[in-house]
Amino acid sequence: MRNVIPAWERSAAARSIRGRVAVVGVGETTYYKHGQSPEPEVKLALQAILAACADAGIEPRAIDGFASYSNDRNDPSRLAAALGIPELRFSNMQWGGGGGGGSAAVGNAAAAIAAGYADCVVVFRALAQGQFQRFGAAPPAATASGEAALTFPYGLISPAQRFAMRVMRFLHDHGIGPGAQRAIALASYHHAQNNPRAVMHGRPLTPEAYDDSRWIVEPFRLFDCCMENDGAAALVLVSAERARDLRQRPAYLLGVAQGSEYRNAARGHNAPTYASASFTTVAPHLYAMAGVTPKDVSVVQSYENFTGGVLMSLIEHDFFAPEDANDILTLDNLVAPGGRLPLNTSGGNLAECYMHGLELQIEAVRQLRGQSPNPVPGARVAMVISGPMVTPVSSMLLGTEDVL
Amino acid sequence: MSEPAYHLPAGLPRPVAEPDGLDTPYWEGTRRGELRVQRCHACRGWQWGPEWICHRCLAFDLDWETVAPRGTIYSWERAWHPVHPALRGRGPYLVVLVELAHAGGARMIGNLLGDPMQSVAIDAPVEAVFEPHDDATPPFTLVHWRRTA
Repeated sequence: MRNVIPAWERSAAARSIRGRVAVVGVGETTYYKHGQSPEPEVKLALQAILAACADAGIEPRAIDGFASYSNDRNDPSRLAAALGIPELRFSNMQWGGGGGGGSAAVGNAAAAIAAGYADCVVVFRALAQGQFQRFGAAPPAATASGEAALTFPYGLISPAQRFAMRVMRFLHDHGIGPGAQRAIALASYHHAQNNPRAVMHGRPLTPEAYDDSRWIVEPFRLFDCCMENDGAAALVLVSAERARDLRQRPAYLLGVAQGSEYRNAARGHNAPTYASASFTTVAPHLYAMAGVTPKDVSVVQSYENFTGGVLMSLIEHDFFAPEDANDILTLDNLVAPGGRLPLNTSGGNLAECYMHGLELQIEAVRQLRGQSPNPVPGARVAMVISGPMVTPVSSMLLGTEDVL
Repeated sequence: MSEPAYHLPAGLPRPVAEPDGLDTPYWEGTRRGELRVQRCHACRGWQWGPEWICHRCLAFDLDWETVAPRGTIYSWERAWHPVHPALRGRGPYLVVLVELAHAGGARMIGNLLGDPMQSVAIDAPVEAVFEPHDDATPPFTLVHWRRTA
């Protein structure tokens, strides 16, 4: 038992991003099916950055930093040269976790602003999978070593195959039926029908079509799996003080957390907390920093690589207990404006665009501005959950000025 | 008609030991029909997957111990979509994650042999089936699993 809390631990509570930085601009390119972008990937990145600057009313040459994730191929020095940026002050890549880095990249950008490293940081992601290797197909190598040696020779290769056993175990442990994953897929498609940006706009999904769709890998059907797309997305961040003078209503960062549980990366599916989306340690830090509870969250954008990952992400962020998943995860509960837990209100990775999740950050900002294609009336607090079942993962909370 | 030589078609990526030698003892063990797991010489704790240091006591002195090739199904999946050219036309197959309670709960991945449409029960007992690929360069041996009573 400790009687004295060390000074460094007491000061940890004061070290917070809450209310210090805001997202002031968002932008994206046209979203394409994979391989269908008429533009090269780096040009897509530049277009999205300019769109976000225009949205913010900020001159692109005011940018002095960049943050991204998942080894984005378009490095900040090239972008800064291309854009004629006078001075590059922050160049940051979230290390590991693929799409799990989406919220972390926003957090890293915000930390740079709060620490004084830079004043105006762009978070971006650009993907033209048709021009490079697709995520969902096996890489062309003839041999596999390390983690891959334990899985590839058994036909456990793609992301869907990598995550299916985590979800299978979770569904088994908690008696969760197929309706829960179906509701998550239906909600994304439902919202995409009101979103002209969505790749699946005009392509509604019925429960029957979901049930009739082919298995990719049990327990995932076709519509449980994200799309693969071409496009780019960007957000502009500045300090809270500066945000108040800009064109759009600021979306203030309330908290960000990244990481994963004890030995999450133990090779060959040996994570002790296996049936998990990797947020069991991350989510409490997020809520503690933001000073809000799940009840305060108006709308959730939760990265759908696969619907089962969304299910676990929501539970680990304490929106409901696993035993209640079958009752809570219904289409009515998940759709804006009336649902009790409006989810993926732009269509997300399943039906808007697999912009590696960064479209979810943009949608969260639009919800707080009242600019969403499926607005949640009076939305004040928006959550984004990035990249379930990988490591590190990350999640973030944004709020309107009156929440501060 | 002869039985197919291998459970999954040839042409999938071949396992090779890591360049730094970390998992060489595991792959050498499978060639002899042995399932080997790391065990710390200092604290006797089990460790899997392999690493250069013991995650419990931080000793670098890890042994490789041969363990009984049996366990229980911790999780499973039935793969349908062929993500690799070698799997086209193969049809569904089962992957299982097998827990070895007698080796500190180490989990092993392999294919579950038998009918690919069989019902699979979590916690069901299984035993290892070694599948040598002697014609590969370099040769290797996979470890599959089958149900036991």
